[in-house]
Amino acid sequence: MNKIGIILMAFLFPLFGWTQRPTEVKKIAGGYFVPLYGSNDKEVYVDDFLLDVFPVTQQQFLEFVTAHPNWRKSQVVRLFADQNYLSTWPSDSSFGELIEMQWPVTNVSWYAAKEYCACQGKRLPAMDEWEYAAMASATEKNAQRDSVFNHMIIEGYERPKTYKNEVGTTYKNFWGIYDMHGLVWEWVSDFNSVLISGESRQDVDVERNLFCGSASINASNLMDYAAFMRYALRGSVKANYSIQNLGFRCAKSIEK
Amino acid sequence: MISLQMFAPNSLLYVFIFLFTLTSCKNDQNNVTAAVDSTTITVQGEMEAELTSPPHVPAPVGDRPAKKINVELEILEKEGEMADGVTYMYWTFGGSVPGSFIRTRVGDEVTFTLNNHPENKLPHNIDLHAVTGPGGGATSSFVAPGHGVTFSFKTLNPGLYVYHCATAPVGMHIANGMYGLILVEPAGGLSKVDKEYYIMQGDFYTEGEIGQPGFQAFDMQKAIDEDADYVVFNGKVGALTGDQAITANLGETVRLFVGNGGPNLVSSFHVIGEIFDRVHIEGGTAINKDVQTTLIPAGGAAIVEFKVEVPGTFILVDHSIFRAFNKGALAMLKVEGAEDLAVYSGKQIEGIYNPEGGGVQSMPRISPARPKAANLKEKLVLGQQIYSQTCFACHQAQGQGIPNAFPPLAKSDYLNADVNRAIDIVLHGKTGEITVNGQTYNSVMTAQVLTDEEVANVLTYIYHNWENNKTEVTETMVAAARNSH
Repeated sequence: MNKIGIILMAFLFPLFGWTQRPTEVKKIAGGYFVPLYGSNDKEVYVDDFLLDVFPVTQQQFLEFVTAHPNWRKSQVVRLFADQNYLSTWPSDSSFGELIEMQWPVTNVSWYAAKEYCACQGKRLPAMDEWEYAAMASATEKNAQRDSVFNHMIIEGYERPKTYKNEVGTTYKNFWGIYDMHGLVWEWVSDFNSVLISGESRQDVDVERNLFCGSASINASNLMDYAAFMRYALRGSVKANYSIQNLGFRCAKSIEK
Repeated sequence: MISLQMFAPNSLLYVFIFLFTLTSCKNDQNNVTAAVDSTTITVQGEMEAELTSPPHVPAPVGDRPAKKINVELEILEKEGEMADGVTYMYWTFGGSVPGSFIRTRVGDEVTFTLNNHPENKLPHNIDLHAVTGPGGGATSSFVAPGHGVTFSFKTLNPGLYVYHCATAPVGMHIANGMYGLILVEPAGGLSKVDKEYYIMQGDFYTEGEIGQPGFQAFDMQKAIDEDADYVVFNGKVGALTGDQAITANLGETVRLFVGNGGPNLVSSFHVIGEIFDRVHIEGGTAINKDVQTTLIPAGGAAIVEFKVEVPGTFILVDHSIFRAFNKGALAMLKVEGAEDLAVYSGKQIEGIYNPEGGGVQSMPRISPARPKAANLKEKLVLGQQIYSQTCFACHQAQGQGIPNAFPPLAKSDYLNADVNRAIDIVLHGKTGEITVNGQTYNSVMTAQVLTDEEVANVLTYIYHNWENNKTEVTETMVAAARNSH
């Protein structure tokens, strides 16, 4: 789709209601897995579900706020989005010259992300769903033990300004999903179900279910470190927070 | 003890001395116990904390009363230089490794604001060992990128304390540089000294081996194995050498606030050619005197004080010595002033030592005669042996040297420019500033006790390796250089 087309559509959408072309989804075949590798008795079951192939882009989110004025940065209710909400956008109607339309949208609150997905007939993925889809490398459903894959994840967490890349530029995983690691953090629906106090040593006691593995971390267990960093980030945020490195994608349940 | 003294010949005198010391001890104790309960110290007034990056420290508290102090610290994840040509993604408190130095006095009420820069990828927090409370502040200071948190605490115990990040995975946050020092001075402040500096040791784990150029990512496996590539003062190789060396003038008293961030290694902190007059053991109140090397645990600190009586360059090391000469744990203190030959004479006489007391010898032989080289090939073999015995420790296996400390011999413009100068340096040593491949070095190479043939062999070996210009050095050339002095 060329730029002019997109700009034209951005102007036309409000006239016809919000009919944005939805991001393609892929089916993730469910199964059992261990979210934080190392606590073997804590397997979790994830049902089949659909997941967006890409994170939501700047352009897509601009179209969303154009159609839904109450989510524009000037009008959003402070309760639902803190002052960092879309803070890099110069105005309600533009993400400015410095941002590319195909970059993932960031600086959006959980409320805004949830609303965006709802308006598409979708929802945010649950944390277990997200983690289940994210443990797939390019070739394997479960790459938790793949040291090269784990290494790539941690390396991505250390690299700055990765949000300045277009969606789809990292890797395509086993399910056909892009950018699960290496681009931006992503909101999940139940991000705050993990109670990390920030005192990680204490968390070992408090959240025994989730973190007992941490006491027995062994040398081959790099996956835990990557997961710890994700869970720590989730534990540090509130639903109205908007963060430069935090975006989202949508998911959908499969009707039975 | 008492009964022994009683039975001693001058028992009466001993008893007298004993009683005297007992009463004076009592007085000391009174002074200590008379100190008020720190929780009851009231604060007067409010001030913004002065924060400094290493090696500098804020002004002493002096005799100011306890106050409300506002500290604002920003967390920055930023790329920096680990060694020449080697970069690393540091996570920092205040943009430096170690983080900003915080100076308080006992009874202060510190309002601490921790800001996590929006561009940062990770949440962080801070555990200050000076804080009395759960997690040392860590539970209250967990902060997402683009946000700030504020908490407050009262400083109850004087001492020098480490602070660090305690977010999971803790080891990784510390290994990336998230540590610093907070000083709590006693009421009335520490004694006055002339110079104060802030030094902190840390170990780093990189994907490439030490010296491998380019961006080096953190290596979790090496960190778990405690197999450090770099052990450095103030976050990088050469942070305190050459032009960055800390300085003092002759006769001044120097106080070093020395911390150890770890994450893994314990430091045997030592200053070559100095004796610590006073050490606040582990950064606490107890003072030890006349100390050569003080142990600084990971997550601990010490305050060392000494008067500099002799001019020159003093090398600060972790005396687990391979860390100093092979991994970077080396800093410099330059002392300027006039020499006092009574304290240190320098080399006065160099002569022959012969325990047999025998007659005159014209040449010292430190080792049995080595086999003579018949051709260039043999010369290179013998040269290599000498290199690995004599030169290797400083100039390293591939002649790469140690950035900011020892110049490279590999592809060295300085070496290739003048063979006679090179011979002269091996024979007579070299002190002072030189420029090699664009980098300035200012350290000391001692004169090497080698025969003319050995010098010729080792220099030939060096010139025939590592892209040098393949000069062949002969015994005659070495003899000529030796005789010209």
